[in-house]
Amino acid sequence: MSAIIDVRHVNKAFGGLRVINDCSIRVEQGSITGLIGPNGAGKSTLFNIIAGALPLDSGQVFLDGEEITNRPANELFHKGLLRTFQIAHEFSQLTALENLMMVPPNQAGESLFGAWFRPARVRQEEAQVRQKALEVIDFVGLGHVRNELAGNLSGGQKKLLELGRTMMVDARVVLLDEIAAGVNRTLLGDLVTNIERLNRELGYTFLVIEHDMDMIARLCDPVIVLAEGSVMVQGSIEEIQNDPAVIDAYFGAQP
Amino acid sequence: MNELVFFINNVVVAGSVTGSIYAIGAVGVTLIFSIMRFAHFAHADMMTFGALMVLVLTTAFPEVGGAVGLPTAVVMLPLAMALTALLAVGIDKGFYKPLRAHGVKPIVMVIGSLGVALILQGLIRLFAGTRAQSLYIAERKEIFRLELPFESVTRPIIVTEPQVILFILTLAAVIGLHLFLNRTRTGKAMRAMSDNPDLARASGINTSRIVTITWIIAGGLAAVAGTLLSLDVAFKPDLSFFLLLPIFAAAIVGGVGHPYGAIAGGFVVGFAETLAVFNWAVLLRPLQQHFPDWLELPRNLAFVGTEYKIVVPFFILVAILVWRPTGIFKGKVI
Repeated sequence: MSAIIDVRHVNKAFGGLRVINDCSIRVEQGSITGLIGPNGAGKSTLFNIIAGALPLDSGQVFLDGEEITNRPANELFHKGLLRTFQIAHEFSQLTALENLMMVPPNQAGESLFGAWFRPARVRQEEAQVRQKALEVIDFVGLGHVRNELAGNLSGGQKKLLELGRTMMVDARVVLLDEIAAGVNRTLLGDLVTNIERLNRELGYTFLVIEHDMDMIARLCDPVIVLAEGSVMVQGSIEEIQNDPAVIDAYFGAQP
Repeated sequence: MNELVFFINNVVVAGSVTGSIYAIGAVGVTLIFSIMRFAHFAHADMMTFGALMVLVLTTAFPEVGGAVGLPTAVVMLPLAMALTALLAVGIDKGFYKPLRAHGVKPIVMVIGSLGVALILQGLIRLFAGTRAQSLYIAERKEIFRLELPFESVTRPIIVTEPQVILFILTLAAVIGLHLFLNRTRTGKAMRAMSDNPDLARASGINTSRIVTITWIIAGGLAAVAGTLLSLDVAFKPDLSFFLLLPIFAAAIVGGVGHPYGAIAGGFVVGFAETLAVFNWAVLLRPLQQHFPDWLELPRNLAFVGTEYKIVVPFFILVAILVWRPTGIFKGKVI
């Protein structure tokens, strides 16, 4: 297996606070890799660095062998690296369905020429995008609120909309930032199934930050444990759960 | 009926003229706000700069317009728009971008733009002097008198050439902007970025490109508005003092971050100004015979004197902020 995301010796400090400390991780092609760690371990910072939302101080990031260090998020989107946000983001003035329909780039209706002189093509393409968005929105279980303004959705529904957004284009890697937080249990089961299906059928690679250990246990292999800005342990969920260092980090040192 | 013509000349025409100028200026302010989230105080000086560029080009080549049949200043306008857009992008790269890179609060950007406003104003004075200059150098301002086909009307409706050009350009700018925002990829990206910049970036939108494009549009429109105002009256280096408040009032009245609101707001403020200084006695005089004897019409019956015109936008601004802080269209609350 080859690494689709390869982070090498990354450092990042906010002022005097070193958040990422010579951190190297590899995410294998086709895996669902979990990223866990206590609060303040630097998970989200590392995520933002990979996703191009934060500049790093030193180190390198590679996407499928291509260096993407400090490339802006919009370029990474076109390379197939997508992310969701820990606090869900949405275009609040558009409906849930429109939020999904706006994702695919280069639609014919987006150019003055196309919008005016090729109405048939625009309509046909828009119908296709709409069809796809309808499938996706049912897939993530938001079919019943598809015509609601996205700003009015609940926190959990916005999370699901975020997952839907990553399905509107052909992604290679999806970074999921606490996708389960605020989503109810039943829905969460569907979510896990859907992520597995995307992984198996469409070959998406996932890197998942999660605090919900059940979800990590069901979904992720391998799991990377981050503490104080660098990798503490990496391995299968069983190995992690029995590692004394991890138990220390989470629950404090045993007397 | 002559009174009605007087009303049309002094309110309808004059109001549309000021309204159009404010509208074009306010669109720029509102676009900058919706993309970069700060109130750009140097905007009125960018308008003056645009007019100055037209003045310089017209002085350099005074005969060009005669060949095309338009005032030279209008022929030079596209070039001045390009130069002002260049200035706007340059100012952004030189002053605002470093601030943004440091992640400063919007208020710091506002103060920065105030500094830029003072720099621009000083430079304009340095090169253009302090006196008023007409943009008509080799030509005469044409005045159209429209006689109305009624017997009781003896006075014509008066529209000047720059006013006609102004109406045409405003209409073109509004339609162009509408098509741009609604029918192009960049327009869509701008609306997305205005709603949620992080998500826009994560959806593959190059936000730094959008910032540049916003400055190009805002700079171009500022040049149009400044030039049209200077054509109608005259070029003055302190034009911005009389423009800044009304265009901000217009942007806020319409709903900040809402381009159509800015256009509507521009006309609201423009008409409010002209209605406030209009001499209502002229309209009421024909009805004098119906009034009781003790009520005598004064010679001048305006809400405020012309010299106090500038307080009108202030008043509207305060009223809007008190009763409807989101503006006519629902904009963002600052």
